[in-house]
Amino acid sequence: MLLTLLNQRLRNFLDQLGELAQLVGEAGRSLRHQRPSWRDFIDQLYFVGVKSQSVVITTGAATGMVLCAQTYFQFHKVKMDTATGAVVSVGMSSELGPVLAGLMLTARVGAAMAAELGTMKVTEQIDALRTLATHPVDYLVVPRLLATVVAGPLLTAEAIIVGIAASYMVGVNLLGIEGAYYLAYINRYTEPQDVLIGLIKATWFGGLIAMVSCHKGLTCPQGAEGVGRATTEAVVAASITILISNFFLTLLLTRLFN
Amino acid sequence: MALSAPDTRFVKEPNRMIEVRNLWKSFGSQPVLRGTSLRIERGEAVVVIGRSGGGKSVLLKHLIALLQADQGEVLIEGQNLCQLNERQLLSVRRKFGMLFQTAALFDSLTVYENVSFVLRRERKQTEGEIRRLVAEALEMVELPGIEEKKPAELSGGMRKRVGLARAIVYRPEIVLYDEPTTGLDPIAGARIDSLIRRVWQQLHVTSVAVTHDMASAKRISDRILMLHEGVIYADARTPEILNSTDPIVYNFVHGIPTHKPAANTTAAPFSPDI
Ligand SMILES: Nc1ncnc2c1ncn2[C@@H]1O[C@H](COP(=O)(O)OP(=O)(O)O)[C@@H](O)[C@H]1O
Ligand SMILES: [Mg+2]
Repeated sequence: MLLTLLNQRLRNFLDQLGELAQLVGEAGRSLRHQRPSWRDFIDQLYFVGVKSQSVVITTGAATGMVLCAQTYFQFHKVKMDTATGAVVSVGMSSELGPVLAGLMLTARVGAAMAAELGTMKVTEQIDALRTLATHPVDYLVVPRLLATVVAGPLLTAEAIIVGIAASYMVGVNLLGIEGAYYLAYINRYTEPQDVLIGLIKATWFGGLIAMVSCHKGLTCPQGAEGVGRATTEAVVAASITILISNFFLTLLLTRLFN
Repeated sequence: MALSAPDTRFVKEPNRMIEVRNLWKSFGSQPVLRGTSLRIERGEAVVVIGRSGGGKSVLLKHLIALLQADQGEVLIEGQNLCQLNERQLLSVRRKFGMLFQTAALFDSLTVYENVSFVLRRERKQTEGEIRRLVAEALEMVELPGIEEKKPAELSGGMRKRVGLARAIVYRPEIVLYDEPTTGLDPIAGARIDSLIRRVWQQLHVTSVAVTHDMASAKRISDRILMLHEGVIYADARTPEILNSTDPIVYNFVHGIPTHKPAANTTAAPFSPDI
């Protein structure tokens, strides 16, 4: 009984993975053979990039601040106050920046994409698109994919910078770490690779968010309930995939660059 | 001439626009189409009638390959759609215009952007020519000058007319209509019917509609096919169907319930089971 249920779940999961792979393949074909519409790309970039600023900045700042405070409290016990900046900066650049920006983008952008495409699906707008001799992947998926792939690393860079700046404020102005030392430690211990790893991850997360969300939207079940479910599933699936793939990316990229 | 009978699959029928051969389609364990076959010639005006939930929309969606058959063939001008992939189908679909039951306008776009959708993606005309063609199409559906409105601002009947303009602006050869009058008041319904008739006469399209509305079917068809239990049960010119004495056809045409009514209820004569 339990075994059949697990079997069912596993098969379901593998089916979805297969469909997702097909969608990615189709997007690749579209990118190779079809000229993407600039206007749709710019519209999406505005929605994904510009409109996500406040969320990403807030997340970056809050994380930088709390990371700084907590690191300081621990390091202070062993009289290593000035090393706080290094921990914050490396942590923000290669791990927290991309992962938190990715999760926030999933919640804001992935959910919206799944809901929008899901609504189009249940109101026959996707079918209408196909009757108008237009491939849904060309018109809907590719501009979204390009927008998240471009905006992902940019927003992450923004989160990293804001996070480090906020940690400086907390560390130097609030906790009394010497400013020059704080910056010197950041400089000494943050390698360009750390930032590069963060940006590569962010690009991957961006693509992942668009593909998972578009897939959930395009395969949305009928009815308002279906749209709700597709949206929830998109957010859950994309978030979990970000967290899991982050671990493997850390191992892979660190090995690659060191 | 030949020793054996000619293989009919390879005989070119110049006027055969649509041919469906032995089409089967199930959803899960529920069979919807069970060996449907039909032929439609170029320039005909055909209506498929049948009970709600009987698979009319499913059949219509197979004609333009929005759904994939489990078994059987759909041929458009002799070309078998079942062998084409989604990208190859795009050029075949260019021959079609389709009006959806709910109009299915893109609600993030204006009326102009909706109607000009195909033309603007093809970029074969200048923006000025496209504007003129869109204005012409809106004129034809009697909604001139509403280019800048959003679909949400329009009534149901207006939306369907914009949907019709979007389907005909790029001069398709075949126009498909899914329940063109359902959900409209009788006046708006009659208006859509006369537009469908006008599109058929003026643009010389092949017109295929599915509906359960007999009044509408009468007005927009020369020939009626009745889909019943997954197959084409009747196929005749419109007056013949209307005067048919076959019990299944007769009951449908006259709105007489065929199932046994529950013992303690009497069917209201003015509300046929739809
Ligand atoms: N995409 C689908 N998935 C599952 N079932 C479907 C789908 N489309 C249609 N059906 C089922 O097929 C049957 C016929 O539907 P339809 O063709 O819409 O009937 P109608 O004749 O009213 O247009 C219905 O029972 C419907 O539930
Ligand atoms: Mg229907």
